[in-house]
Amino acid sequence: MRGIVRVSSRIAHRLLASLPALVGVLVFTFLLMRVLPGDPAVFFASSPTAGPEEIQQIRVSMGLDRSIPEQLVLYLRDVLTGNLGRSMSTGQPVATDLAQRLPASLELTLAALVLALACAIPLGVMAALRPGSAVDHGVRLLCSIGVCAPTFVCGLVLIYVFYVVLGIAPDPTGRIGAFDAPPPDITGLLLVDYALVGDFESWLSAVSQLILPAVTMALFVLAPLARMTRASMLIALGSDFIRTARSVGLPPFKVIVGYGLRNALLPIITITGVVFSTMLGANVLVEKVFAWPGVGSYALDALVSSDYAPVQGFVLLMAMIFVVVNLTIDTLYGFADPRVSLR
Amino acid sequence: MSEHLISVTDLHVGFSTRRGAVKAVRGISFELVPGATLGVVGESGSGKSVTAYAITRLLDRAGEITSGQVSYFGRNLGSLTEAEMRRLRGSAISMIFQNPRAALNPIRCVGQQIADALNAHGRLTRAEQRERTLQLLRDVMLTDVERIFRSYPHELSGGMCQRIMIALAIACEPKLLIADEATTGLDVTTQKVVMDLLSSLVAERGMGLILITHDLGLAARYCGEIAVMREGQIVEKGAVDTIFGHPRHEYTKRLIAASPTADSTIEDLVPEGEAERFAAPAPMKVSGAPLLLEVRNLSKNFSGFAAVSDVSFTLAAGESLGLVGESGSGKSTISRIVTRLLDKTAGEISFKGESIGEVPATRFNSHRARRDIQIVFQDPHESLNPRYTAFDSIAHPLRTLEKSLPREELNRRVRECADRVGFPAELLTRFPHQLSGGQKARIGIARAIATRPSLLVLDEPTAALDVSVQAIVLRLLDNLRKEGGLAFLFVSHDLNVVRMLCDRVVVLQAGKVVEAGRAADVFMKPTSEYTRTLLQAVPSFSFRARAKVESPVEI
Amino acid sequence: MSATVQHVVWTIRANPVTGVAAAGLAVLLVLAVFGPWLQPHDPLASNVSMALLPPSSQYWAGTDQLGRDIFSRLIAATRLDLAIAASAVSLSFLAGTFIGSIAGYMGGRLDRVVGSVVDVLMAFPLFVMAMALVAVLGNRVENIILATAFINLPFYIRFSRAEVNARRGLGWVEAARACGDSHLKIVLCSLVPNILPAMAIQVSLNLGWAILNAAGLSFLGLGITAPTAEWGIMVAEGARFILSGHWWLVAFPGAALMLTVLCFNLLGDGLRDILDPRMRT
Repeated sequence: MRGIVRVSSRIAHRLLASLPALVGVLVFTFLLMRVLPGDPAVFFASSPTAGPEEIQQIRVSMGLDRSIPEQLVLYLRDVLTGNLGRSMSTGQPVATDLAQRLPASLELTLAALVLALACAIPLGVMAALRPGSAVDHGVRLLCSIGVCAPTFVCGLVLIYVFYVVLGIAPDPTGRIGAFDAPPPDITGLLLVDYALVGDFESWLSAVSQLILPAVTMALFVLAPLARMTRASMLIALGSDFIRTARSVGLPPFKVIVGYGLRNALLPIITITGVVFSTMLGANVLVEKVFAWPGVGSYALDALVSSDYAPVQGFVLLMAMIFVVVNLTIDTLYGFADPRVSLR
Repeated sequence: MSEHLISVTDLHVGFSTRRGAVKAVRGISFELVPGATLGVVGESGSGKSVTAYAITRLLDRAGEITSGQVSYFGRNLGSLTEAEMRRLRGSAISMIFQNPRAALNPIRCVGQQIADALNAHGRLTRAEQRERTLQLLRDVMLTDVERIFRSYPHELSGGMCQRIMIALAIACEPKLLIADEATTGLDVTTQKVVMDLLSSLVAERGMGLILITHDLGLAARYCGEIAVMREGQIVEKGAVDTIFGHPRHEYTKRLIAASPTADSTIEDLVPEGEAERFAAPAPMKVSGAPLLLEVRNLSKNFSGFAAVSDVSFTLAAGESLGLVGESGSGKSTISRIVTRLLDKTAGEISFKGESIGEVPATRFNSHRARRDIQIVFQDPHESLNPRYTAFDSIAHPLRTLEKSLPREELNRRVRECADRVGFPAELLTRFPHQLSGGQKARIGIARAIATRPSLLVLDEPTAALDVSVQAIVLRLLDNLRKEGGLAFLFVSHDLNVVRMLCDRVVVLQAGKVVEAGRAADVFMKPTSEYTRTLLQAVPSFSFRARAKVESPVEI
Repeated sequence: MSATVQHVVWTIRANPVTGVAAAGLAVLLVLAVFGPWLQPHDPLASNVSMALLPPSSQYWAGTDQLGRDIFSRLIAATRLDLAIAASAVSLSFLAGTFIGSIAGYMGGRLDRVVGSVVDVLMAFPLFVMAMALVAVLGNRVENIILATAFINLPFYIRFSRAEVNARRGLGWVEAARACGDSHLKIVLCSLVPNILPAMAIQVSLNLGWAILNAAGLSFLGLGITAPTAEWGIMVAEGARFILSGHWWLVAFPGAALMLTVLCFNLLGDGLRDILDPRMRT
């Protein structure tokens, strides 16, 4: 009980504390829009040859003739009502586009994170249990390679090996195979949706589409996670309370997992948050390589074609995800460590 | 053979390091009968803790028992498998460690940790585990055990954590308890409570106790037998009265001499041969000297918490004043404020008749009184910049505070300071990590006297040093004061040291002055209850003083 | 100081990988400086008749879709990639160490503000931020450097802040004040030199990261544009031909990137062993 009260008040506190950050991002994206080269009104004009009157009209309708603070207020109002503007390239409201594409990115990122954690924690623990051993050196080598291999090169190499040479991977073009039924639109996460409607075949096909990009991304974050696991496990195993646990004769499993890993998890939780946001960034690269229809590739396309409303929307979305991730991490941390209290 | 609770025969322990094998323990032997108490004393690096870990086979990865045998009731522990050894830990041999809060799992409630230990050695139901744990908590004299069961280590005081550690160690009724510096770092009053508890539990349950400590007084008060260790060997062992009353080995004699007691003087600390290096100057006349420092109604708050409240004292030129108190008494805060490294909240500080309390600490570095008030810090290792050579460290205040000093003059002054503190001139080019603790302490002092200050603030200058080094440093400080007319503000938790070094004493508790007066008066005829408690808690090993602490083990 | 030399020798002998990494970086440096004289072909000269040739004795790493020699382009790119990484890292190192150590030393409100700003920045997807910055500032090399420097900045601030914070309460820092040093002098003359070894490790690891970042940006078409020889662009151009089996267009620039970053990282690890005071006795 004590724990729940402590953690929930901490979350409330953190939620309040993250508001300034959110507002900061809002203002930042707004200013970003302002300093962008070119006149937004020209972008929104019906044709490249629009006359000055038409542009002036758009200007007024967009509120661009008002002072910057006034525009900021207007912008904030728009954002609060969910109006993120319209994308020029898709012609749809940015909010709709993002909502359609977010599940693809989330599915990829989460799958990769689970994969990475599932490999990194055992590897890190094994390395920490025998520092200096062959296992330790092996993990260290794997981490070095993982850190050094650029995500996009990794993805391309995987495509070459598994698609071009071995031919066992599906065509690296998106989430859904060419011959699959259109997905049921429930949560947007394909693996969940297919499982919900019981379409096992399509589920497998979705997995096969997901596996290469997810592995690419997992390799990218494996190194920091495994290194942190190893390091924090070494610290935990070297601490006084482990010595105490051994001195009263606790069984080895209890000492290593119950006392050691349980304590080592705290820094791992923290770094998982950092890793998650790194993955959001790396998403852009992986989505481009695998033609994955996520928010990253959407933002990139918009960026390259100077379509700024989607970019703004994307940055805002990232900021919101960042707040959610931080809260999740905080909650987990709060439950994992009785020492944290509300500040 | 098998009537021995534990017998150690010709034990050798080696550590493999980068520089090759290091022999930490070199052939030690001792026995312990059930219920006996053995104190293993020695200075740092003597191998006393390593011995304890070798007995329980808890040496860290680099360490290894290279030869010798440890037997528990005749059973050779070296021949056991790790699983068999694990079953003996906790149920046959238990340990208590230094720094109790770190020794407990920070994210598991303490009751559960004790229950884990019970669970490791027997099948108990959940309710039985809980009942046993609560009983154990009561056994170690804790009240409100239900609440403590659910508490985490960070919610408890150091003394309470150590009691929980004791409960954990005795949970599975071991026959031997090894306490490794179990009360080092605790305040003397807490130390007394914990040690009294420990020794009565040991006596009640007929356990054997090995008390590993650097504190001779502690060993003398609580142990029946003593083994003195040095450089991995036992130099002398025997009954406590014999060892401390009639020490035979040279090292034991030196160790005993160096340990401050209730009636020792500075001159007693350093044995004859080495004392010659300190020519005993005539003591300065203190009475009638002009007032150097006057502190009136000093207060300091840290975000609402009053660390120091309404403290006043004076210090005459060439006088030595001791500030005594336990942790949290505000003594270090006062030393920082007087040195003008920290700003006060209220009160006045006047130095040589000039009010210096109003100058912000941030700007005091360019004040002309800066060179007149200097400080020596607690940990000699941490107080030296690792990138400065010994010469640079001593020259530092001269370079900043006496800017126009020509090069030869600077060299001369640094060498003169090094000479005054007995630091060999040929070591001046060394970096701190290439020097011993005692040498680093000397540099710290040389740096502080380099600008020829009239007030030297000493903040626990010997707390991190071994007693034999402490003895030499104390002797050095005393000489510096007597020959140089320096005034000392000596901050310490060690009453014996303060008694020897100071003319007058201020006793502090929770930021307030509880007693002040001439050192001899305060220590011989304390007027406040707190001072009396403090004095009684100081373990004293002196053979003469032992009459007072007849047999606490049988309590 | 022969003890230091001994220590370095010992570390390299115990961990020969560090020596290999240092040698690898030396080669890269030579390529960066003397590249123009070492290229067997003109890195920009296209020859469509020689397009997409696999590696051979004439074209060691094959040719690309325009018939340019990939090996020569790899060498030409070394200078650009290393220069971007080096200038970005020096910028963020200088600014970050300064801000971080002052905040860490002063503590109080300034420190808390700096700390939370850094936390927010670091939790935000930095690569996205770099993308946005380059897009806003324009596709130029300077802007890639600025963007990379900017996203590295929080790491240096946080790192130096933590390192200084761990030392500010130590006796020798207080002693420096008792010796008459001002706060600024203590930070710049006492604390910063003491955290430099730790920062050196960070710089080495960071150089690799900066290279990956810049390459990632140009892979996406931000920053440096064709036909400039740059590893990221080369991979991006080669990506279009991977499905048709022309692996060498991606593999060689990819390997160049990877090896370079690997060298920096291994050197960082080695430096950690050399400079870690706990490894010294």
